[in-house]
Amino acid sequence: MGRIKTIARRSFLVGSAAILGGVAFGTYMYKREVENPLEAGLADGEVTFNPFVKIDAGGVTLITPRADVGQGAYSVQAHLIAEELDVDLDRVRIDPGPPAPAYYNGVVAAEGMPIAATSDSFMARAGRGASDVVGKLMGLQLTGGSSTVPDMYDRLRMAGAMARETLIAAAASQTGLSADQLRTEKGAVVLPDGTRMDYVDLAATAAETPVVEDVTLRDPATWQSLGKPHRRTDILAKSTGTQEYGIDLMMDGMVHATTRTNPAIGGGILGFDATEAKAMRGVKAVVAITGGIAVVADNTWRAFQAAQAVECDWGPSPYIGDTADQFDAVAASFVAERQDSQFKDEGDVTAALEGASEVMEAEYRIPYLAHAPLEPMSVVVQLSAGRLDIWTGTQIPRFVQQGAAGVSGLDPEQVHVHVLMSGGSFGRRLEDDYVRQAVEIAMQMPDTPIKMVWSREEDMTHDFPRPLAMSRARGVVAQGAVQAFDLSIAAPSVTESSLARLGQPAMGPDVAIVGGAWDQPFAIPNYRVTGYRVPAMVPVSSWRSVGASGNGFLHESFLDELCHAAGVDPMTERLRLCADDLSRAVLEEVAKMSGWGSDLGPKRGRGLAFTLAFGVRTAQVVEVTDTDEGIRIDKVFVAAEVGRVLDPVNFEAQLSGGVIWGLGHAMNCETTYAEGVAEQDNFHAFEGMRLYQTPQIEARGLENGDKIRGIGEPGVPPAAPALGNAIFAATGQRIRELPFSKSVDFV
Amino acid sequence: MKLTVNGTEHEVDVEGDMPLLWVLRDELGITGPKYGCGIAQCGACTVHMDGVAVRSCQVAAADVDGDITTIEGLGTPAALHVVQKAWAEHQVAQCGYCQSGQIMQAASFLDLNPDPSDDQIDAAMSANLCRCGTYPRIRAAVQTAASRLQEG
Repeated sequence: MGRIKTIARRSFLVGSAAILGGVAFGTYMYKREVENPLEAGLADGEVTFNPFVKIDAGGVTLITPRADVGQGAYSVQAHLIAEELDVDLDRVRIDPGPPAPAYYNGVVAAEGMPIAATSDSFMARAGRGASDVVGKLMGLQLTGGSSTVPDMYDRLRMAGAMARETLIAAAASQTGLSADQLRTEKGAVVLPDGTRMDYVDLAATAAETPVVEDVTLRDPATWQSLGKPHRRTDILAKSTGTQEYGIDLMMDGMVHATTRTNPAIGGGILGFDATEAKAMRGVKAVVAITGGIAVVADNTWRAFQAAQAVECDWGPSPYIGDTADQFDAVAASFVAERQDSQFKDEGDVTAALEGASEVMEAEYRIPYLAHAPLEPMSVVVQLSAGRLDIWTGTQIPRFVQQGAAGVSGLDPEQVHVHVLMSGGSFGRRLEDDYVRQAVEIAMQMPDTPIKMVWSREEDMTHDFPRPLAMSRARGVVAQGAVQAFDLSIAAPSVTESSLARLGQPAMGPDVAIVGGAWDQPFAIPNYRVTGYRVPAMVPVSSWRSVGASGNGFLHESFLDELCHAAGVDPMTERLRLCADDLSRAVLEEVAKMSGWGSDLGPKRGRGLAFTLAFGVRTAQVVEVTDTDEGIRIDKVFVAAEVGRVLDPVNFEAQLSGGVIWGLGHAMNCETTYAEGVAEQDNFHAFEGMRLYQTPQIEARGLENGDKIRGIGEPGVPPAAPALGNAIFAATGQRIRELPFSKSVDFV
Repeated sequence: MKLTVNGTEHEVDVEGDMPLLWVLRDELGITGPKYGCGIAQCGACTVHMDGVAVRSCQVAAADVDGDITTIEGLGTPAALHVVQKAWAEHQVAQCGYCQSGQIMQAASFLDLNPDPSDDQIDAAMSANLCRCGTYPRIRAAVQTAASRLQEG
């Protein structure tokens, strides 16, 4: 326990007082059975076997508590349960369930710990174990960190198997047959004579039957759907406009609201004049909320128009307001007193640098980036006496519940959060700011369903962006090999910023500052990665692949520089340096896929990058052509090691989607500030990739490892450096600042 | 003013400058067309006016001069339009929020050009933004739908 505590104290979510308390108070709390939230509200004859399966009058319901933000989480969770339970997914309800401690995330906290995925030491195992303790004690119901599949892989199959075996036991007791004479198929227990006993009809008996907990999971070789192409459970709805998102909900008597808060982040509002706005058609109210105003109207567009008509007296932003000054603050943070971590320090970097005849040095910069999911922040709220209902897309339903309780003065039990499908997130819905605003409106307009929708401009200028960062890298090459790599990264802390908003302290170093850089599987003789924490500026948050989203570029671009300086092929050198078999297999696979080493012809180039993040080894090769109209990205080859691919179709979608996300933002996106105001307020200024720019992408999943991993994020980090390295190969131009569009044109 | 949407005539009492998108969503409760940007940069609001794709966030209610079709009028889960069928088969959608607009854009485009080249597909579909990065499958689904249309 002592060692776990030591690790825990260093890490982020683990650092909260509640958790240290929980760990210190011993294992009783951890080992205690979590309450099954489905038991509340069950009628006679209805049954729940565990927090993930229930059968009531409406039929079989599978609970899929991880949020679906486009990554297919509902579908894969449902398939995990169904593989053991033997139900037809077209004939069951799939529901994200209520906020409840039972739906804690047992693996995501490990992302906050300095544990290399390549390590299987006692400390590493203890730390991963501590993650489950932390998640359970906190009731940490959170979707993120590509954790859904690794967290739910066993749990949901176990839940399905327990339900199945209990139903078989119920059928046995009802028929007098023995359990081993019975089998299950498509929502029914099947008797030896072929008679089908529908699960729904067995519910009443099952409710009286002790839950069978001693179950054996099926051999993957016998799987019916897992490991094979699935039809996503939401694909028909999403192909016909019938998928209901938070923004689409309609209720009787519902009014439409929007908010307008100070565009200068954190500046607050000193006063406002709503005379004109209140006289506009359809406007029901203009109310003050924290940092700004809200307009309630009978139509969203009327609310948008009226919000612009309110004359607001804004205060100045308390943060460093201009991006040039923000970068100056980053640059000033490469000092000893700002050092946050040095998880990697191998060989003798100082001696290697001092003893070298020539030291290569380079400085890199990456910008703030907005999340900008296509569905802007939206939520429906209704406050009545002693009850608050919230309908929204969120990755953090329990934090939403607690936050809304805090704003409204209600107890958390009086706050009912109904999670809906999200029109994208990319980390944005790990925040509850928009929900708090809606609750403030509801408190001024109780007993009315209120749909609050942000304008795109409000959304993009009130994001909590991925932080900007800089790196200063030094290296030594000799005898055609990389001898020393000293990477220093300075960035504001996402963890400190996010946890402060959730009311949690963040102690110890922030692994995100060096995520995707400190733990790479290369045996460079002298190798050091140091993180520097930039004092907090505009609030920042997790963005698809978090720290690795930028650190992949910082690490892999300079490693490419070193390879070229050493006169060695970047693939050959990475393979030589690679100290991890799973990583080597990924590099070899992408070399084979891309025909690495073959001649591409004039004005063309290939770039390679590799990032190990979220436990996933991902290698990418990007091919570009330097055309008269600019750089054209022709092809991308990407291979990723995930242990086991549960659905090849969605795997390919997530991996290639991650590549496009990484490439598009690297090409042309940045969020900059002037006097605290984000300067990119809509997609004309924050475009990302368009279809005509999209390369052919060949994606492959490797299944050599013994740990199953998630694939929502790992495609992102190597995309930008692979592109930059390809541009260098094609043009000789080394670009050290994102977005690339500041330096080159794209077709 | 009068408005025909998906074959049904509606009488709405709105300002002439209210964008069609908000007439559809908030006045008529037709939520297939999505709000993404409000400035014709994303295409999530795409509907058909007399069969031709338009950005409903840019069409003022007073300027509607044809029958409107939204994704709900194109096809249903039980009776998919050929483009929707291709979208489902290729499992294009991730978050799905842009896909109503993508599908409406593709359906209109293929109606005008049932035998498009790859470059024409790229050109026709590039004003529709997808944040999830479903573009490779959009391309494939448009090609599949085109070949089905050619087969009749």
